[in-house]
Amino acid sequence: MDKILVGLKRVVDYNVRVQVKSDGSGVETDGVKMSINPFDEIALEEALRIKERGDANEVVAVSIGTADSQQQLRTGLAMGADRAILVTVDEAPDPLSVARIFLSLAEKENAGLVMLGKQAIDGDNSQVAQMLGALWGRPQATFASGVTLDGDTARVIREVDAGLETVEVDLPAVISVDLRLNEPRYVKLPDIMKAKKKPLDEVALADLGIEAGPPIKELSFAPPEGRQRGIIVEDVAGLVTALKDKGLA
Amino acid sequence: MAKILIVAEHDGKNLNASIAKCVACASSIDGAEIDVIVLAAAAGDVAAQAAEIAGVNRVLTIERPENEHPVSSVLGPQVAALAGGYAYVFGPSTTFGRDLMPHVAALLGVNQVTDIMSVEGSHTFKRPIYAGNAIVTVEAPQGSTIVATVRVASYQAAAGGNSATVEPASVEADLPAHTRYVGLESAVSDRPDLQTAASVVAGGRALGSEEDFGLIYKLADKMGAGVGATRAAVDAGYCPNDMQVGQTGKIIAPDLYIAIGISGAIQHLTGIKDAGTIVAINKDEEAPIFEVADIGLVADLFDVVPELTSALES
Ligand SMILES: Cc1cc2nc3c(=O)[nH]c(=O)nc-3n(C[C@H](O)[C@H](O)[C@H](O)COP(=O)(O)OP(=O)(O)OC[C@H]3O[C@@H](n4cnc5c(N)ncnc54)[C@H](O)[C@@H]3O)c2cc1C
Ligand SMILES: Cc1cc2nc3c(=O)[nH]c(=O)nc-3n(C[C@H](O)[C@H](O)[C@H](O)COP(=O)(O)OP(=O)(O)OC[C@H]3O[C@@H](n4cnc5c(N)ncnc54)[C@H](O)[C@@H]3O)c2cc1C
Repeated sequence: MDKILVGLKRVVDYNVRVQVKSDGSGVETDGVKMSINPFDEIALEEALRIKERGDANEVVAVSIGTADSQQQLRTGLAMGADRAILVTVDEAPDPLSVARIFLSLAEKENAGLVMLGKQAIDGDNSQVAQMLGALWGRPQATFASGVTLDGDTARVIREVDAGLETVEVDLPAVISVDLRLNEPRYVKLPDIMKAKKKPLDEVALADLGIEAGPPIKELSFAPPEGRQRGIIVEDVAGLVTALKDKGLA
Repeated sequence: MAKILIVAEHDGKNLNASIAKCVACASSIDGAEIDVIVLAAAAGDVAAQAAEIAGVNRVLTIERPENEHPVSSVLGPQVAALAGGYAYVFGPSTTFGRDLMPHVAALLGVNQVTDIMSVEGSHTFKRPIYAGNAIVTVEAPQGSTIVATVRVASYQAAAGGNSATVEPASVEADLPAHTRYVGLESAVSDRPDLQTAASVVAGGRALGSEEDFGLIYKLADKMGAGVGATRAAVDAGYCPNDMQVGQTGKIIAPDLYIAIGISGAIQHLTGIKDAGTIVAINKDEEAPIFEVADIGLVADLFDVVPELTSALES
């Protein structure tokens, strides 16, 4: 296979406890730490391992966002991606548009694999990979915790509710990755220096000729209903009594 | 009238418990008229179970050998072809629905509403984002089919006792052969299913080994409870992956959840927010799990869990 495209979405870091703005217009993202979506880091790691085993020639990191996403692409380049593409947008695009962007790039680059995260931890939509599979008319192997390539096919182990499902797919294909697929590598300082010289191309969404899907409007945001701190019992006997009081034991 | 199509999840024999919850969600839409579609190699048993759910108008079946296993690129075009006659197409927020429904949405040229927690109006819904740290009210566009997954932990199953009509449907759809189902490896267990169990006992990293995770099974078995785990416990190999509870595992809503040796990371808590009573056993009184626990016990699990197991015996 020639190329693997990897999606790297810029999201609020997973350690940040996200707060809803007091006027309900959104969540507070000013001054908050931003990172690569953790699933996307795993997708990139897997793509790099595939290339290192000699099963692919080039790994291309793709992000859709504002100029700020260059930061995540540079990190991806430092991890080992060969080059990066930033598709610039003014507003956060809907999942269908993101899938259409990946379709356009996959066709243009003649990608053998598109590797994405199983979900972005901000929107928690878990849609893009499945939509791309549908639009491209190619296999979608989602929630992957194992990927083995064999010529023009891939065997993917999927984490499903009932356990581990194995599917075999023809390439080209879309794979969305789960957390247990691998442990992403750490970026070393010399790699960061080297990454500065790697190509990072920008293309405007308008130049790809993509029509935005009918978006789902976000009307208002609210914090979740909180749970209250309850009682502390002294010992097992106290616990059993408390459970009995609630009719639970 | 609002015509709603619900895609049945099943294993060839049994209808998944999530479907009665999707029906409950769909029933909360004004003027709901609900059909369930069963795609299978042989749909009989599953269709009969779906027909019993209160609120179901018709059960449609499409029987094809290709439908033996849930491959979304095979099921998707058939669902999309049927969707024309419906204002809404719903599936559960299980891995089945999460894989299939966005595929259907893309074929119909719409975005999906992921994880409906409540129906606010004909086109407005509440859904969680940022691991449940924010709830957003969204509005789907007018004039196109609404494709959605239902956050099953937010709904009580619709009652039984119905006898809806079952009828075959047929659609024209080209089915690809590029994706082949190979097999499913599932931990065989007599314990109640994690996603539907009334009580769940869950263990975290503190259990320290696969062997000691046995303490969790023992307590669960005494209580007739299902078993859950944190990502840390699964990653460390103490228990199988299908036990993971949380943002990227299962979202559950048992009446009772007992968290043992679990710190209470946001990603874990998002999976148990709707539990009735949360009990936490942790030796660190500062552990965040105590902020959400209804009953807390600050203690070493290796001392108190065996004691609790035998206390419940009597
Ligand atoms: C503040 C804010 C407001 C928004 N408002 C709206 C709105 O009003 N209406 C609306 O429809 N959407 C809105 N969105 C966008 C929406 O919430 C999603 O962020 C976007 O549609 C993509 O979905 P997802 O990332 O949740 O997809 P998922 O399907 O969860 O992502 C799966 C994978 O796709 C890839 N991917 C997704 N997005 C990108 C990207 N940008 N770059 C590279 N790879 C990517 C990644 O590999 C990711 O792991 C808003 C987003 C934000 C942050
Ligand atoms: C993108 C992403 C997604 C994630 N998704 C999930 C998910 O779906 N589900 C999930 O669970 N996690 C998820 N995580 C991981 C999550 O952030 C935490 O790392 C994980 O939940 C911690 O598991 P734990 O509570 O078992 O371990 P720890 O945080 O290590 O906690 C162990 C606890 O045990 C207590 N303890 C230790 N010894 C004893 C003893 N002898 N007796 C009593 N108590 C003891 C300690 O005080 C501590 O509080 C995700 C992380 C990321 C980045």
